[in-house]
Amino acid sequence: MADIIKTATRDAYGKALCELGEKNDKLIVLDADLAAATKTGMFKKAFPEKFYDCGIAEGNMMGIAAGLAASGYTVFASSFAMFAAGRAFEQIRNTIGYPHINVKIGATHAGISVGEDGASHQCCEDIALMRTIPGMTILNPADDVETRLAVLAAARLDGPVYMRFGRLAVPRVFDENYKFEIGKGVYLNEGTDVTIIATGLMVERAIQAVELLKSEGISAALINMATIKPIDKDIIIDAAKKTGCIVTAEEHNIIGGLGSAVAEVVAENCPVPVTRVGVEDVFGKSGPALELLEIFGLNAAGIAAKAKKAIELKK
Amino acid sequence: MELTEKKQLKLKAVNVRKGIIEGTFNAKSGHPGGSLSIADILTYLYFKEMKIDTANPKWEKRDRLVLSKGHAAPALYAVLAERGFFPVEDLKTLRKSDSYLQGHPNMNYVPGVDMSTGSLGQGISAACGFALASKIEGNPYNVYAILGDGEIEEGQVWEACMFAAAKKLSALTVIVDNNDLQIDGTVEEVNSPYPIPEKFAAFGFNVIEICGHCFDEIEKAIEEAKACEDKPTAIIMKTVKGKGVSFMENQVSWHGSAPNAEQYAVAMAELNAAEEELKK
Repeated sequence: MADIIKTATRDAYGKALCELGEKNDKLIVLDADLAAATKTGMFKKAFPEKFYDCGIAEGNMMGIAAGLAASGYTVFASSFAMFAAGRAFEQIRNTIGYPHINVKIGATHAGISVGEDGASHQCCEDIALMRTIPGMTILNPADDVETRLAVLAAARLDGPVYMRFGRLAVPRVFDENYKFEIGKGVYLNEGTDVTIIATGLMVERAIQAVELLKSEGISAALINMATIKPIDKDIIIDAAKKTGCIVTAEEHNIIGGLGSAVAEVVAENCPVPVTRVGVEDVFGKSGPALELLEIFGLNAAGIAAKAKKAIELKK
Repeated sequence: MELTEKKQLKLKAVNVRKGIIEGTFNAKSGHPGGSLSIADILTYLYFKEMKIDTANPKWEKRDRLVLSKGHAAPALYAVLAERGFFPVEDLKTLRKSDSYLQGHPNMNYVPGVDMSTGSLGQGISAACGFALASKIEGNPYNVYAILGDGEIEEGQVWEACMFAAAKKLSALTVIVDNNDLQIDGTVEEVNSPYPIPEKFAAFGFNVIEICGHCFDEIEKAIEEAKACEDKPTAIIMKTVKGKGVSFMENQVSWHGSAPNAEQYAVAMAELNAAEEELKK
């Protein structure tokens, strides 16, 4: 097997910002004293005149982003998911979401794969929070290739976008021919017994789950759902009709995230069994990221088990 | 300031106050007290100071005003209508389900509103964003943020102040409406933000203290703010909550309640009398 390229999506985010900086004069990047970790530091180094550090004050940063964007700038505001979506929720809701201002929130260190820092920094609630804001677009790319395309697409979109990135280096899933479109899920595998709908770093693990299920004689389709909002209803309905059951996989609380979004579409359009893989409504804990993903069942075995449960429920 | 000009501004301010009463009376709700206390500063800014174009409300080089104390929307709407951004008659639709005049300002619905506000402490951050944009472009326009004295109990206000001074946002002028009252009582009783000037000075602001109902003092303060080139300015203005309507003055109960028909008639009679007096 060829060497697998592993990159953290936060690194790809920093690089994509630098690419945008080359061609967009009206681009400003903000951070809240985490530039080295969120990787906006790469942009800061390349374009110091377009970068402003707001200090450890995330709520204020969101307001500054709104004022700049209302003055005609494309603004990327970055922090950890916990402090962007969590601490600054109401600022995003009222000063960015309600006026539908053109601010892009780059939230890194999402999920339990933050690792050793532990539960206080492992945000598994951000998708749930952001989904409830009308007009908010939510992107959760799976690898570095998709991250680059998602960041470029977000910059082109007029309106608020929440982008979710990880700290952990993850294997590349897509090649240079991959086409990304906001609001569209993509089939990565066709199958007949069950459809796995995965997002973020769980996509690569879902690819392993497809193989695992195949070895047990189960044919699993796989959809990469990088846009959580607006959710691609058509592909979900198509999957429900074709395979008769669905399992979702995300590095987020099973409440309010991708699993909920998919279950809502399925329940209202074509009721079939839906099972969910995610953090099971508990807080995370300290430990090496890869070990934590195993402990919390966010792996191929976890997906395969829930896929079999979904198939069972069909009967 | 010349006497005739001052008189003109006072007449405009009376009309703004009438608009506040008209709006809250018809809405049967709203916040007349803290609206009346900022009627004079808004009149001065929109009729004497700010570079704006009513025909082009989104003009890029315009001066901006962020009503961080968004509950005083009746005052902002009244001054914008009086200035010609939309018909004065529309003030009667305030807070109605088919009106564009929401209980708190929405920048996408109302011509002349620069930022949606209402959740206290957030408008000043957006004003910092505007002021930073102005600085990047060589300070072609000024930015005014109007805050309540109770509002400055919000921690975000001080995050914004720290940023404004650190980034030397001289286009920014923060105006604190120090009417001394908030919903639960006097600001001193509730959670005293005093001493206010010292706090802004410690955060690196050019601080000016004035009477918020005296046009001469307002003019002098705004000129001083514009002349200050290395830091943001804070104008702490002493005001009277409910100013201009006798039974509302200094009464916390008028923070968030509307006049009934009888009270409306008394308020309008007082404002009409004030207008007649000025016209003499």
